[in-house]
Amino acid sequence: MDKRIGEQTVIFERPPVIISTASIAGEKEGDGPLKDYFDIITDDKNGRTSWEKAESKFMEDAIYKAVNKSGFSMTDMDYILAGDLLNQTAASIFGAREFKRPFLGLYGACSTMGEALGLGAMLVDGGFAKKVVASASSHFCSAERQFRFPLGLGTQRPLSSTWTVTGCGAAVISNEGIGPKIVSITTGKMVDMGVKDANNMGAAMAPAAADTIKEHLKARGKKISDFDVVATGDLGFTGLKLAKSLLENDGIATDGIFTDCGVEIFDRQRQDTHGGGSGCACSAITFCGYFYKLLMERKINNMLLVPTGALMSLTSSQQGETIPGIAHAVEIDMR
Amino acid sequence: MIITATEKEKKDYGELVKSVTPNSHIFKDCIKAFVSGGIICIAGQFITDICKNNGLSETDAGLVCSIILILASVILTGAGIYNKLGKFCGAGTIVPITGFANSVSSPAVEFKKEGLVFGIGAKMFAVAGPVIVYGTLSSFIVGLIYYF
Repeated sequence: MDKRIGEQTVIFERPPVIISTASIAGEKEGDGPLKDYFDIITDDKNGRTSWEKAESKFMEDAIYKAVNKSGFSMTDMDYILAGDLLNQTAASIFGAREFKRPFLGLYGACSTMGEALGLGAMLVDGGFAKKVVASASSHFCSAERQFRFPLGLGTQRPLSSTWTVTGCGAAVISNEGIGPKIVSITTGKMVDMGVKDANNMGAAMAPAAADTIKEHLKARGKKISDFDVVATGDLGFTGLKLAKSLLENDGIATDGIFTDCGVEIFDRQRQDTHGGGSGCACSAITFCGYFYKLLMERKINNMLLVPTGALMSLTSSQQGETIPGIAHAVEIDMR
Repeated sequence: MIITATEKEKKDYGELVKSVTPNSHIFKDCIKAFVSGGIICIAGQFITDICKNNGLSETDAGLVCSIILILASVILTGAGIYNKLGKFCGAGTIVPITGFANSVSSPAVEFKKEGLVFGIGAKMFAVAGPVIVYGTLSSFIVGLIYYF
């Protein structure tokens, strides 16, 4: 059987199983509509002295908890695949430091969870690993201070800007066991439509999301309505509208089942996040907390998770570069 | 095959983005800024008048007023209140001297973890630095014009 179908899509011969997940959320996320689905809700300092150390601790705790829930021990994990938004992926490095397992650090901006799940599934189906942990984190405060302004600065955020989710999601992917299976993945290519506004990341990422979804449906010969849920990572309200309109221009109807983790995670009226949620943890904890439980309880049977990322750095933006978007599709099936 | 969007596609998409992206409520924000900025200025005038009534010269009263407003801004920044005010007031709390004090003190608080030298020392003027540089430059140019 040929595992590679289409330009960007891989189909698994023995679909790897997500046997457990763990999600840790910060205060604001823990006050949102998905609060009952998170394993741990903690304050943003998480018992540490800095935001960065708090984020590393999120990563450490999420990986530990996911492995613990799987019933296996850390030594059974053949790889840890982890990423975050900080320079040199510092949260992942210091979060996974104590585990002493083979470590692969990833950067896909906010699409990192999609990258980790996809690569993890390929490692397992390829026979290179029996069990891997995939993890991604972000922290509102550490991201603000790295990409924008100090928290204490009295500025107004534009209405299109999104709120970086504080937390970490981790998933154990195994060659056997009970749980939803990763059936197929489509690795996104960068799509750059010339958006430069770092306060409108949804607009930068929407074309990439639409592109990856189209490619995945084409390669798999499926329609959006074949899924119970299609969820992008962190397009937010503006980006989701754009992605829908791009797909509809190509004759793909998106009504009902098409949503975005950044739209689901916060209460728009009450929580004042403007554009919705964003960051690696947005898709990571929404999947590991919310959608995974829906799958396990068979409230939904399958889904297409499409974490989205805006690939930019502070330097590239200041030098006038545009923001290429990327999106990775992970097809997950409980049947 | 390399897929890049054509200029027309980019332009069309830019139009679509513009039509979907929510705009700031400019009128409401202007009113808020006008009222809150005005209140800070009234407070400043109040302090100045009290000082003058108590025998300080015009210049000294202005100086005391600046010191008090800066102190208040720094305390509110440290207490995590100024950013909340700033979110509501917008330009109203950015433009007066209190905004400048906030832009110096907020990085000082934020980067304390990186130490006294590379944290507070190096980052303190990360936001306010450009204001100082171009403020000095423009006052130099205006000074030249005035002199000749």
